[in-house]
Formats: sequence, structure tokens, C-alpha cells
Amino acid sequence: MSDEAPVISCKNVWKLFGPEPEKYLASMEPGRSFDDIRADGYIAGVKDVSVEVGRGEMLVIMGLSGSGKSTLVRCFSRLHEITGGTISVEGQDIMSLPEKDLIELRRSKMGMVFQSFGLLPHRTVLENIAFPLEMRGQDKHERRERALEVCKLVGLEGREEYFPRELSGGQQQRVGIARSLAIEPDIWFLDEPFSALDPLIRREMQDEFLRLQEMLGKTIVFITHDFDEALRLADRIAIMKDGAVEQCDTPDQIVLNPATPYVKKFTEEIEKSRVVHARVLANPINGSVPEGPTVRAGHTILQLARQLVNDDRDEVPVADKNDKLIGVMNRQEALDVLLGKGN
Amino acid sequence: MADVTASPVASETGLSKIRIVQIMLAIAVILTAARPILPDFLVRLPEEWIPPLAVWADAFFNFIIDDLKLAVLTRWFAEGPLEFMLDTTANLLEGKRRWPFLGPIPWAAIAAFAAVIGYYLGGWKMALLAGGTFVWTAMIGQWKIAMQTMSVLVVAAPIAFAVGLGLGIAAWKWARFDRAIKPILAVLQTLPFFTYLLPAVIFFKVGPTAGAVATIVYAIPPMILMTTLGLKKVSPEVVEAGKMCGCTKFQMLTRVYIPSARTEILVGVNQVIMLCLAMVVLTAFIGMPGLGAKLLAMMGSFKLGRSFEIGVTIVLLAITLDQMSKAWVVKQPEHFERDTPWYIRRKYTVMAIGAFVAFFLIAQAVDILDTVGRKQAWSKGKEIDGLIKGFLNIDFVQAITNWLRWFLNVWVLIPFRNALLYIPTPAFILGIVAFCYYLGGKRPAIFGAIFFTFVAFTGWWDRSVITLYAVISAVILSMFIGIPLGIAASRSDKWSRRILLACDTAQTFPSFIYLIPAIMLFGVNDVAVVFSIIIFTTVPLTRYTIEGMRTVPAEMTEAADMSGATRKQKLWSVQLPLALPTMGVGFNQAIMFAFFMVIIAAFIGTQDLGQELQKTLAGTELGKNIVLGMNVSLMALTFDMTIMAWSEARKKALGLA
Repeated sequence: MSDEAPVISCKNVWKLFGPEPEKYLASMEPGRSFDDIRADGYIAGVKDVSVEVGRGEMLVIMGLSGSGKSTLVRCFSRLHEITGGTISVEGQDIMSLPEKDLIELRRSKMGMVFQSFGLLPHRTVLENIAFPLEMRGQDKHERRERALEVCKLVGLEGREEYFPRELSGGQQQRVGIARSLAIEPDIWFLDEPFSALDPLIRREMQDEFLRLQEMLGKTIVFITHDFDEALRLADRIAIMKDGAVEQCDTPDQIVLNPATPYVKKFTEEIEKSRVVHARVLANPINGSVPEGPTVRAGHTILQLARQLVNDDRDEVPVADKNDKLIGVMNRQEALDVLLGKGN
Repeated sequence: MADVTASPVASETGLSKIRIVQIMLAIAVILTAARPILPDFLVRLPEEWIPPLAVWADAFFNFIIDDLKLAVLTRWFAEGPLEFMLDTTANLLEGKRRWPFLGPIPWAAIAAFAAVIGYYLGGWKMALLAGGTFVWTAMIGQWKIAMQTMSVLVVAAPIAFAVGLGLGIAAWKWARFDRAIKPILAVLQTLPFFTYLLPAVIFFKVGPTAGAVATIVYAIPPMILMTTLGLKKVSPEVVEAGKMCGCTKFQMLTRVYIPSARTEILVGVNQVIMLCLAMVVLTAFIGMPGLGAKLLAMMGSFKLGRSFEIGVTIVLLAITLDQMSKAWVVKQPEHFERDTPWYIRRKYTVMAIGAFVAFFLIAQAVDILDTVGRKQAWSKGKEIDGLIKGFLNIDFVQAITNWLRWFLNVWVLIPFRNALLYIPTPAFILGIVAFCYYLGGKRPAIFGAIFFTFVAFTGWWDRSVITLYAVISAVILSMFIGIPLGIAASRSDKWSRRILLACDTAQTFPSFIYLIPAIMLFGVNDVAVVFSIIIFTTVPLTRYTIEGMRTVPAEMTEAADMSGATRKQKLWSVQLPLALPTMGVGFNQAIMFAFFMVIIAAFIGTQDLGQELQKTLAGTELGKNIVLGMNVSLMALTFDMTIMAWSEARKKALGLA
């Protein structure tokens, strides 16, 4: 996203579950597959993963259940101790942090939202939201003020004194979100936050989430197993299988150029024209620019469908939102995205 | 892999499990048949082979007491903080002349206070139960003795709770500690109560302190288990949420784990209270005053009316404490609108204190609300006594009880006992091991062999067999009542609920209570012993039969219906096989209860281990007391392990677990 150093950077991260994971990893010959490792009596939760998350970026990690996405995100916050590799957050190697500093890091920089909310059943909405503030010893008055503020932000006004069991699923997750935002974290982890909700509520919560993100501009790692959700939210998507990242790229690139057969199969059912933007198809201007109307770089091919079908030029100019030309798009290529390759 | 281990046919030796069991039983039968020609040492262990275990145990305890001076420490605790607490509560509740010299609190104030708490926990019904219990206790003229019992209870229960909670947390935190205390807890839970009493007396001084200590120790194990269970069950997401909120380890424990495990911990509290009540009553055997002592005295002098009244008081107290603590388990906090004033948020606290103070003040003016004197009490002991004795003297009733007594004695109990006593020791052990192996597999069989061999070597074999005979005959007889009753009740929702409620209520009664009807009906003999055990053990059998039948998945009974099964076919080929593992748990509990009761029944007069145990209470034979207690415990553990192993294996095989 930007040129400055990534907020989270992990290199060759391994997380093995088994009797003596460190020893096994050290003696393991390279190139062993997930199944080989399982045959040796270990489960590779995370297998040689290297990814970076830039400031203000939203990275969506997706994969089927058991693919290691939740494990990976728990390594980022050191809820899991990793077996090998390095993870640094804001340039700090988190594996070498003493417990006190780790707690401090979580108290000041990280927020996390859980799939089944993880609310404390004996505390009211407000007490749940204020919990992280209480942990870091903020005084009662201040934390109540802040909690009320966040409570309002997520639309839970008037429910401050309710207990979690008195709320609907969607409302409970709002509490979870509010709690994770209470300390104004820089990094926001969301572990399948909407999976436990009904489809209608899920949609509503996604919109709500986008609104918050627009307002707050956090660095986000978002986990989901729902491809539509990933496409809707992501700057970049990392697709995981058997603990390893198969491909990590923008949604457009993932549907246009799947890196592995697995990703290809995963994306087959997706309506590509809804994902691919004109910007991605624009080639550098090579010689003359075709006459006539331009298309917006930020529009998806689906949005441009009518125009593309009616147009008769081979090359269509692409302009950004300031009407500045950024390239030309091959109309045939765009129509292939829209209609599928002819056979 | 899984198939081989699960199948009962194959085993490594090549002999099938059934064949091994058959061979063991065959040898046992041959040994028994050949008893007249067996050499003596195969019939019973010769005296000179028996190691002086009791002497060794005594030496060990003497070492602890005299050389390590442990008793100094424990006695300091008993005479210092513990006695202080007991004296304080005794002063407040029954007016013992000790610091703070304030008591006794008027009974009406306590009753009113209890009623408000009851109202908070469970509405008007609970208020009526709680208030009513205390009003009854005062009116019947048993306030003082009831408060003697309560004053120990209110000290013992919180201590047992705190210690149990602490140890439970430790066991949850350190797996090694958990592994170390598991077997100790298993033994403690099967050890007869009399075995708690004597060490308590020796280490903690005769009187209320020893009673309190024995009670505390007895009530701790379930609290430990419930705490560990609850902490383990806290959802991983809640834990992670706590960590992500930046909790330190201590904050995690006090603000995340313990509050999240609230339900299990409160269930532990309920068990602690109930066990404490049951035990405080039993401490009558070491001369602790209170309801138990009075009941013991009344039953001893065959005053059935007064015994009955005390029994009612104990039962009422038990139900009240049980219902209130259970209501507390399910009580969820309710929210108030913002800016609600404190006296509304805390309205029950305000009401409880208000009621207490109001009645306290009124009682200063109205004497009857302060103390109910002897003359004013409504006790109808004599009249009830006459009524009961009159009823028992009706020819018809007498004919029935006499016939039952004769039939059970002559045709069931005595022949069975003599048969068990006839079996040579090795054959008996072999039979037990065969049973353990058949049901539970190798592990229980090995432990069974070790445990029963130990029993043989303690030199109390005959008395152990007599104990076992009472347990087995009572459990088998109660199966004839409990299982059909359970099956019949499980046919309708309404009756299941009613019988389950009755069973749950009956299970809260201190075991001592069950002696009352036994003595009333059959007097003082073996039949009364077995009868009291039968009433006690029928309860879990009925309960778990209903539970087992009710948890058979509806699809399976529906599938049976659609296959055209008659009710009988459905019962025998669908419901019972699926309910059996759960019923096994009930059967196991019945046996544990029976071992417990048979020792208490020593009071009626038995010739078993309980009798010997009770004798040791009079003196200082600590070693003998421990050895006898271990015998009971080891026999009970053998059954416990075997049946639970079977039940779990069955549940797994049926996919119910």
C-alpha cells in the first residue's frame, strides 16, 4: 500500500503441533509435505509462511476450516508460540518479547474479534467493552467514558447495562468489536467475525465494518472462509491450504491469474467480471490513444459490461477518477473476463 | 486397530476373554467345592501370615504425632483460629457464652432473613420454604440443637469451599499435581466416614473442632473436582479474548477463568453444603451436640416420635439448603436501566437487612419471637410416638413386617451370607477378579486382585465379606424395586419429572435419616440394616434408570416404532441396551451408597467392618481404624473402577459419549 515498513512481517513461520515440535523442525529435511509431516506424528498448523501486512492495509486470510488461517493469526499476536521463523510487529520481534512487554503490546496496539464473540458472561455490555481498559489500570471514570463512546460507535446505545446472554448474535458481536476497539489499537485482528451470524445480519455487519474501517483506517488481518466476504473487503487475499499460503495477492490477480491448481479450483465458481477492475486490465499506452469515451479505472468489468458490448473499438482508453488516462484496455480481453473464454 | 481392541473375542494370549473368565470361575468353583479337603491356608489365611498392619500404621502415626510434632501444629489450629470461629458462630446462633457475647440471635430474625434470601433466589415458593423451615424448627422446640448443627456448618462449608477451590485451581494449573491427587481423592471419596472421625479427634481435639475438621475434609474432594472441571471448560475464545485484552496471569485467573467457571463452582458449593450437612449430623458419633446427637439418642431409646420430628427438621434443612444453593447456580444477573439508584440495584440486600433488623427489634419486645420455650413448643413427640407404635402394632402390619423379616432372614440374607463366608478366600478373590475382568477389562481386574488380596492380608476377611454381603444383597434387592420403577416412570414426561424430583430430594437427605424408617419397621437387626441400605440405594438406581431411558435418542425409538416393534420389543431391544451404560452409573452409585450406609448402620448392630470401626472411635486405635477404613475403601474402589470402565466403554461403543 505504501512504501514505509510493513506493520506485520512474518518470515518462514512454522507452527507444528506434536510432542517435540522444535526438535522435529530442526531435524526435518526440507520439502516435506503436510501429509509427510502428519505421517511423522506432527500437524503443520502453519507451514513456512511469509507474508507482510502494510500500514492501513486489509489483508484477508481465507481457506477452508483446518487450513491454518486461525492458527496463523494467533501466531501474529503470539497467542500461539511459533515453532520456527520470525514475526515482527512494528519492527519488534515479538517472539523475543518478555511477557511484560507482550502484555503491554496487546494492551496498547492490538485488538481482536472472535468468531463466537468470547464475551465474559458475567459482565454487562459496558463492563465487557471496558475490560481491556480495566486490565491496563485506567481509572473507573475514564474507562466508563471511553466505553460509552465506543458503545455508541458500534450502535449499541441503550444496551449498555445488558448482559451478553440478553443480546442477539449480531449485537453480541458488536460488543466484541467495541471491546477490541476500546484501546484504539493500531492492528485489528478479526477471526471469522461474522461466520456465526445469519446471512442477513452478516451483510449488515459487513457494511457496518466497512463504515468503521473507512472512519478508523486500521491495519487489519481478517479471517474468513467465505470468498464473497473476502472479495468484498480485501485489499489483498491470502489463500491457505494445509497450513501454507497458496497465493497472496489482490482479488483481481487471484481470479485472473490463480497461482496454483487449488486456487484455480477455489475461484472457478466466482463471477470474475464482478471482481476484476478496469485498472488491472489497462496496458501501458503504446503509441496512439483511441478516440472516444473512456472507462473508469475503478469500475469492475461487470459495471462496464453494457459499454464494452456496445463499443466497437479494439482498444478502450482507461481513465482514473480525475479523468487522467492511465492506459488502454483490450476490449476482447475484457469481454473474455465478462463472458468467459470462447471455445 | 480399533476393532481389535474393542472386540471382546481376541486377546494377545490367544485365549478369548470369555474363556479366561470361565477358567477363573471354574477354578473358584472347584476350590469352593473342595473346601472340606483343602489345606487350611487355602481356606483362610493363617493368623501368623497376617502382618501387623495396624501396629505399623500406629507406629507411623506416632512418628508423625510425637516425632514430627505435627499434632502440635494441628492442635494449635484447632484450639486457635478454628475454635475461635466455631465459638463465634456458636455464640451468635445458639448463645454459647463466648466472644462476642451477643447471641443468641432471635430465631424470628434469622427466619425472616432466610425468607428474603429465598425470595431473591427463587420467588415466593423458595421464601416460604426457607422461612417455613426455620419457623418449624423454632416452633417444634429444636432451635437450639439445630443451631448447634448450623454453627458448625457455617464454619465448615466456607473453609471446605476455599480449600477445595484453591486445590482445584492448583490441580488445573499443574498437571502433575492433578495426577498426584486423583488417586487420593478417589480413596477419600470411598473412605467410610468413621475413618475421618478418629484421626480428626486425635489431631484436632475432641468436640466441635474435630467434627468440623472431619466434615471439612469430607466435603473438599467434590469441590476440587468441580473447580477443575469448570476451569477446563472455559471456552478457548474467552481465554484468548482475555489474553488479547492484556490480562496478566493473575488477572486471567480472577477476572476471566473463575467468573466464567461460575456454574461449576457453584455446583461445587452446593455439594459442599450438602456433604457438610450430612457429615455434621454424623459427627454425633464422636459426641458432637446438635441434631445428629439428639437423633442418635432418641433412636437409641426407641423414641420414634421425637426421632421422626428431628428427622423432619433435618430433611427440611437439607431441602432448603439444597434448593437455595441450586437456585443460586442458575440465578443469572439481571440488568438495570442506567442511572438506577443503588437502593433499587441492591434492593434484596436492603430488604434482607431490613427484615433482620425489624424482627430483631420486635423480638426484644415479643418473647416468643426470641426463643420458644420448652412449654410453648408444639412438639407432639409422645403423641406421634404412640401413633407410630400403634400403627406398627396393628395385627395386619405386624404380620407383614414379621413375615418380611422372617422371609428375608431365613431365605435370603442368612443363606447368602453363609454361602459367601463358605467360599475359601482364594476362590472369592478369583471370583471378584473374573467379574472385574469380564466387565471392566484388564486394569480393573489387576487392581481388584491387588485390593482384595490386601483385604485378605489385613486379617479382617470375614468381617469384610459380611460387609460385602450386606452391600450386594441390598443392591440386588433394590434393583428389583428401582429399575421397574424407573422404567415405568420414564414412560411419561409427567411421572419422570415427579420421580426425578423425588429422587433428587431424597438424595439430599443426610444418610442418617434412612435409619429411622428401618428401625421403626424392623427393629434392631440385620433386616433393618439391609432395609435402610435398600431405601438409600433405590434412589440412584431409579434416578439413573429414568435418565438412561429418557436419553435414548428419539430417532431410535421412532425407528423402532416404524419397524413395527411392540412396546415390549422396543423396551428390550432398543431402549434398555441404550440405557444400560447410564444405568450402570446408577448401579455404581448404588454400590458406593451401600458401602457408605452399611458402615453407618453399625449403629443398629452389625458384625461387619462398620461395627469394628465404630468401636475404634471410643479409643485411640488409630492404626486399626485406618486399616478397617482402607478395607472398605478398597472394596468400594474395585467396584467403582470396574463398573465405570464398563459404562464408559459401552457408551463409546454405542456412540453415546
